[in-house]
Amino acid sequence: MQNARDIRRRIKSVKSTQQITKAMKMVSAAKMRRAQEAVQAARPYAIKFTDVLGRVSAAAGSAVSHPLLEVREPKKTAYIIITADRGLCGGFNANVIRRAAKELAEYDEPALITVGRKGRDFFRRREANIAAEFVNLGENISFKQAKEIAQFVIDKYTAGEFDQVFLVYSEFINTLTQRPTTVKLLPIETPAEGEEKNEEGAKKPKVSYMYEPNAESVLGELLPKYVETSIFRALLEAKAGEHGARMTAMDSATNNAKEMIRKLTLSLNRARQAAITKEISEIVGGAEALG
Amino acid sequence: MAKKQRLDIVTPEKVVYSEEVDFVVAPGVMGELGFLPEHTPLVSALKTGVLRVQKDGKELKVAITGGFVEVKNSRVVVLADTAEREDEIDVERAEAAKKRAEERLAKGGQDIDIARAEAALQRATARLKAAGKM
Repeated sequence: MQNARDIRRRIKSVKSTQQITKAMKMVSAAKMRRAQEAVQAARPYAIKFTDVLGRVSAAAGSAVSHPLLEVREPKKTAYIIITADRGLCGGFNANVIRRAAKELAEYDEPALITVGRKGRDFFRRREANIAAEFVNLGENISFKQAKEIAQFVIDKYTAGEFDQVFLVYSEFINTLTQRPTTVKLLPIETPAEGEEKNEEGAKKPKVSYMYEPNAESVLGELLPKYVETSIFRALLEAKAGEHGARMTAMDSATNNAKEMIRKLTLSLNRARQAAITKEISEIVGGAEALG
Repeated sequence: MAKKQRLDIVTPEKVVYSEEVDFVVAPGVMGELGFLPEHTPLVSALKTGVLRVQKDGKELKVAITGGFVEVKNSRVVVLADTAEREDEIDVERAEAAKKRAEERLAKGGQDIDIARAEAALQRATARLKAAGKM
């Protein structure tokens, strides 16, 4: 049996750990709320954008050619992997990385674009081919950051260095659940046709638009933006997911600490009681010997 | 009262403006585009510049960078990379950015990204114009 002093010391240390995890949980909760708001704020743009893109690409017709639509034989594959900059968020980073690593194994020397420190560190240790890294994105994801990443892959794709680009990130389902997801970013598969059919199916009067300068060049403007918004959305969702995951992880850490303190307190009391009992019996034994 | 049209200015980060207005002038790539209610459906790319909104006799300027506009059923939707209303613009920062870009362009040389400096100059100019400082 440990002595009472050691147990007291343990309890104290577990208690201070618990305080930290509790604080982290609350901070994450607040940050997650903000991150969720950012996801929601980005929604109107995304909805409207997809709407317009669908219409424009239908109007431009299938004959339109654009570097980002060009389908090539996939010799060189690139993966954008979005992880968090920091740990202590349960399996959040590990899940994304595991998913990515599994898919990467299917390709010959894939190029990686890592977003977030955790992913970069992992793949650097594995000595993977990291084409670009983006770290320290901070709490407030701005569209500019997404644009930078998009610009990099678009340049590489147009230059023919990448033949297809995938994006792996953690989809935010709710606070408790984040699901690693893969989407094909390039070549762009226009979301047009499916939606267009729906509209016709509903027999809505089709509005014919004027395009300035023309549908093709408007489409040319839209496609890179499509890549940007996709990345932006992924970044936002990953951020919200990170905080959600951290909140959950810290919550269970706090609960574990609580449970541990309970058990330690119990054994502390036992140890104390045992010490007292021992003392009494020693006194009694001593008195008997004298008598 | 005259008929109004809805104007929404949306960026990926938030909805910047959403109100019933009288008249909108947007910086289209082919030149300025003016929209009154009941404008014919149109989609156009926009360039970096100043978007003007008239509402109840008052004019509001919004500096926008990149993006496009869709008009349909008296509803104007502007999707821009960034959009700042005149009262939100950081004039000092825009002035500093303009100076920087101008210096970079004036210096010239091989190792500068001319396209980038020009884009930066355009953005700063648009902001200053919208803020009424130019």
